[in-house]
Amino acid sequence: MSIKNKACIAGIFEHPTRKAAGKSVAQLHAECAKGALDDAGLSLRDVDGYFCAGDAPGMLNALTMADYMGLKLRHVDSTDTGGSSYLVHVSHAAQAIAAGKCDVALITLAGRPRSEGSSGTRVRTAPPDVPEAPFENPFGPVTVNLYAMAAMRHMHQYGTTSEQLAWIKVAASHHAQHNPHAMLRDLVTVDEVLASPLISDPLHRLDCCVVSDGGGALLVARPEIARSLKRPLVSVIGAGEASKGLAGGKFDLTCSGAAWSGARAFEEAGVSPSDIRYASIYDSFTITVLIQIEDLGFCDKGEGGRFVADGNLISGSGRLPVNTDGGGLCNNHPANRGGITKVIEAVRQLRGEAHPAVQVKNCTVALAQGTGGSLGTRHGSATLIMERA
Amino acid sequence: MSGETGHRPILAPVVYPETRPFWDAAAQGRLLLKRCVACGEAHYFPRSLCPFCLSDRTEWQQASGRGSIHTYSVTRRAGPVVYVIAYVTLDEGPTMMTNIIDCEPDSVRIGQRVEVVFKPSDGGPPVPMFRPVAA
Repeated sequence: MSIKNKACIAGIFEHPTRKAAGKSVAQLHAECAKGALDDAGLSLRDVDGYFCAGDAPGMLNALTMADYMGLKLRHVDSTDTGGSSYLVHVSHAAQAIAAGKCDVALITLAGRPRSEGSSGTRVRTAPPDVPEAPFENPFGPVTVNLYAMAAMRHMHQYGTTSEQLAWIKVAASHHAQHNPHAMLRDLVTVDEVLASPLISDPLHRLDCCVVSDGGGALLVARPEIARSLKRPLVSVIGAGEASKGLAGGKFDLTCSGAAWSGARAFEEAGVSPSDIRYASIYDSFTITVLIQIEDLGFCDKGEGGRFVADGNLISGSGRLPVNTDGGGLCNNHPANRGGITKVIEAVRQLRGEAHPAVQVKNCTVALAQGTGGSLGTRHGSATLIMERA
Repeated sequence: MSGETGHRPILAPVVYPETRPFWDAAAQGRLLLKRCVACGEAHYFPRSLCPFCLSDRTEWQQASGRGSIHTYSVTRRAGPVVYVIAYVTLDEGPTMMTNIIDCEPDSVRIGQRVEVVFKPSDGGPPVPMFRPVAA
């Protein structure tokens, strides 16, 4: 069974906050849900499917949030693949709708890592029952040095440079200057990225995404329902998932699961990378974008550095407009999980509702790509392809 | 000196029956791998079931303790101590997460030859780190 054209993204909402010290995580989830329902023109009673991941509070997080928000559900899914979860949720929602298990699925994400003092340089201490923990925790793995090791290997193998990585941040800043909600709105140059402190070689501070509070929500609806609403129609036409790990110690850090999830999504959608007018690419770090762009087939493996350089990701002038909201690098990375904002900006582009300065002309087909976990160890990858119907 | 590990807490590995032989050997300064009797592949970190074929016929094998640096990162801003996290590819095949020690962090390079050296953890068995050797 294919999910092509079996579901539409009928509602989107990105919480405007970037610091929510006075709000609870549950409250943020609910505010996002309300925002997406208002956007779609749907009500709480229309929702019969609910999706969330580990950022929702409690061990039984989906049930906790369903009760908090007053949802009455016939389909529940709390799949957690880190920051890619929410793209997976769109795919799973489309599958559930296609199978008749629900009609309108709500997906929420929210968190307060900024208020809680989260940092990408804190040791990732896995719980002791995680089997790899004794073989990794002693060596000080933190979020940034795991991605840094992937970057270092990519540079060694393909000649990728820090200047090329910096262009990814420069493009994000070009877009973020037009986003009034973006955490970082100042234009930056390649030289400024390179002059920012090295956090973990070869990644500088400006190679890293922001830490922001906030959240987002999506509504995935049966096409008949979506057509009855007064919003531009965005159809899900392809989805792919993949997992990648250290494979018993025989792995290639220069590749991500996007190679597999992307191929599956393109096949289902019946389109190729050259058909994509806009791409949201998960940007926890600059290297994350570069590796995924290669793996999705926008350029050959190893050519990512040359592809992203010289403003090629900037809307209006570049060949592939990427992350026109400013992305995680400048705008927002709520709950340290950027997947949902990737879908939201892709839908804005397809609707023609992106900021006029970054709106892609005739944006008919868009892609959203998420990675969750770490490129340097184990991660989930999810690719979505959407079309303006 | 910044390359030393003594100033950074080395989290004690939790030892389970499945991996006790690894840590017992570590206490004697020996690095063990698991090799699958069914498919012949060596793997790391050690498991009871082979991650290549899921056979439960895996056996411990002593590694040479030599390898080369597959990738690394000088971690400069995670706590007060600069340290080098790395993946080292053992001569037996598998690649493992570790630290490169007993050298200047800025001298570390991909492809550099290294040998295992066990360093004390905070209240647990010693853990395998690596130091450069002449090629």
